Amino acid sequence: MSDAPKQNDWSKPAAMAIPEGGYFKDKIEQGRYGPIFPKTPACYGFSIIAKIIPGREPNFYEYARNIEKAVAGQPDCLAVLKLHYLRWNLFKIKGDNYFQYMGIFDTDFDKYTEDAVAIFAATGLNTVFENLEGFPKDWKTNAPAFIKFVRDHHCPSFLEYGEYPYVSAEEIKKALKLKAAFSDMLDQMQ
Amino acid sequence: MLEFDDIQYILLTRAPAITGRYEFLSFRNAAGGRAWLAAVLETVHSVEQARASVQKDNRWVSVAFTWNGLRALGMDEASLATFPEEFKQGMVARAEMLGDTGANHPQNWVGGLAGPELHALVILFARDTQERQRCEAEHKRLVARCAGVEVLSSLDLEATPPFEYAHDHFGYRDRLSQPVIEGAGEEPTPGSGGPLKPGEFILGYPDEEGVIANSPQPEILARNGSYMAYRCLQEHVGAFRDFLREHGKTPEEQELMAAKLMGRWRSGAPLVLTPDKDDPALGADPQRNNDFNYKQMDPHGYAVPLGSHIRRMNPRDTAANMNRRRMIRRGGTYGPPLPEEAPEDGIERGIAAFIICASLIRQFEFAQNVWVNDRNFHELGNERDPVCGNQDGTLEYKIPKRPIRKKITGLPAFTNVRGGAYFFLPGLKALRYLASLGHAR
Repeated sequence: MSDAPKQNDWSKPAAMAIPEGGYFKDKIEQGRYGPIFPKTPACYGFSIIAKIIPGREPNFYEYARNIEKAVAGQPDCLAVLKLHYLRWNLFKIKGDNYFQYMGIFDTDFDKYTEDAVAIFAATGLNTVFENLEGFPKDWKTNAPAFIKFVRDHHCPSFLEYGEYPYVSAEEIKKALKLKAAFSDMLDQMQ
Repeated sequence: MLEFDDIQYILLTRAPAITGRYEFLSFRNAAGGRAWLAAVLETVHSVEQARASVQKDNRWVSVAFTWNGLRALGMDEASLATFPEEFKQGMVARAEMLGDTGANHPQNWVGGLAGPELHALVILFARDTQERQRCEAEHKRLVARCAGVEVLSSLDLEATPPFEYAHDHFGYRDRLSQPVIEGAGEEPTPGSGGPLKPGEFILGYPDEEGVIANSPQPEILARNGSYMAYRCLQEHVGAFRDFLREHGKTPEEQELMAAKLMGRWRSGAPLVLTPDKDDPALGADPQRNNDFNYKQMDPHGYAVPLGSHIRRMNPRDTAANMNRRRMIRRGGTYGPPLPEEAPEDGIERGIAAFIICASLIRQFEFAQNVWVNDRNFHELGNERDPVCGNQDGTLEYKIPKRPIRKKITGLPAFTNVRGGAYFFLPGLKALRYLASLGHAR
């Protein structure tokens, strides 16, 4: 099915109910590392939930400062991942600490997974995953193991909503650039 | 230090051949398969041998196996399990992700390539047709001597004239952008990037991450081998020429349209360097014909459209981790050339090529899935590679142009996949090990 008609409907907010398991069984698309979770009005994304190795909580706050610094130093360091937003949360279940990592992005997870591993390895953004129970120790050289961990800990959505459905971050940036250019043009016409 | 005496020549060397033949085999009997291998491996050149005798040799042979083929030779399950998942599954099982759907679906493939009985491949390149026919007859006698060995199909290669330079049936100059491997003794041409670590293409060596990736076991299989994706692409020359005539009134306009689909003029001259007029001397000059980038020199695709073939197959400075996505290409054209001005004759012709890399999933499959067949590559929305992508007549092709771009709707398929498979290309010691599997236990 073409994405084009959907993308024309950006002005019409949309919600999508997703079956149990995260896939529409009659139209599962295969990626290189397995079936792809469907694109929704809120684009692609994942929600990884995993238990923290006890005593490692301070590392998460240090990680947050590292990410802030890395992005400030090189604003396009995550560009390849085609992101809209990322959110990181810590919470407790029965006294144990858990970590949640939610991302909204424009390509299915499979496409740029190896690039993500490379970015994490190169920028030191890895530290936070190494504090999770069950994370493969050889992840830097074993992309399939990294990918399996992420897939195993992904909790698929059962409902997603988009106020401007299916619009990519690139299109949003283009629209804002266009607005700025028009504004500049009007200034020049005065 | 690369072990040139153990690496099959095809990985690092190109034979000066104008013809060749691929034979696809099945082993009904393990001992027969091993007897065939024991005989044929005597003709397989290492890189060292090929380099030493390239002037006097008239034929060059390579041998490779599917995962089913390794089992058919008698490899044990423990060893079979050490191969990567995508190789075990094979190209047919990966078809949807690769974009091999519709007309390109494996059910439409020919030559027995889509079935589990495909076990082995022997690649012959020959200096002339006479030598090819001599080798063909010799191989026929060998197969007849080996119990249970069957040739499923074969494909004869023929270079298309003029022979001075390699090109496909559409007329595009080929072999312009090949990666160079560190320690292989070649210098990259300007614009081709630095030499790449051997582990990107040859098993058992450090890759661009500085590590030696997991390799098949036992150890003798883990070194000096590689993986190959075979792709047989039929080229619809009549439809291609009709399309050029439909979209260009003059020969010059038609040439420009051909160039816009590829990203280079058919002479090989890159549109980035000469956007308005062909420059055959530039196209033929390896010191200049690959020396360009996109981010600085053509960010909007006014010269090379964002969805053109070369921009998808090698996005250069507009993709991350390019050094981990490179591939070596070998192969040639098959079928008779269609003379200029001749109408489509219905005879099949095309390209039959091998894409060689250390990781099929990270290199070949990534290129197919993310670059060739992703409709939304570079935010294009509704396009695939105009030359080798899966086209069903419903997609577009956009050519950026000031003030308004040209948008072609309903782009026809100029090529179709006629067959494909994943092969393991062992080193020479590993070939001898495979031939002796029966004796080892």
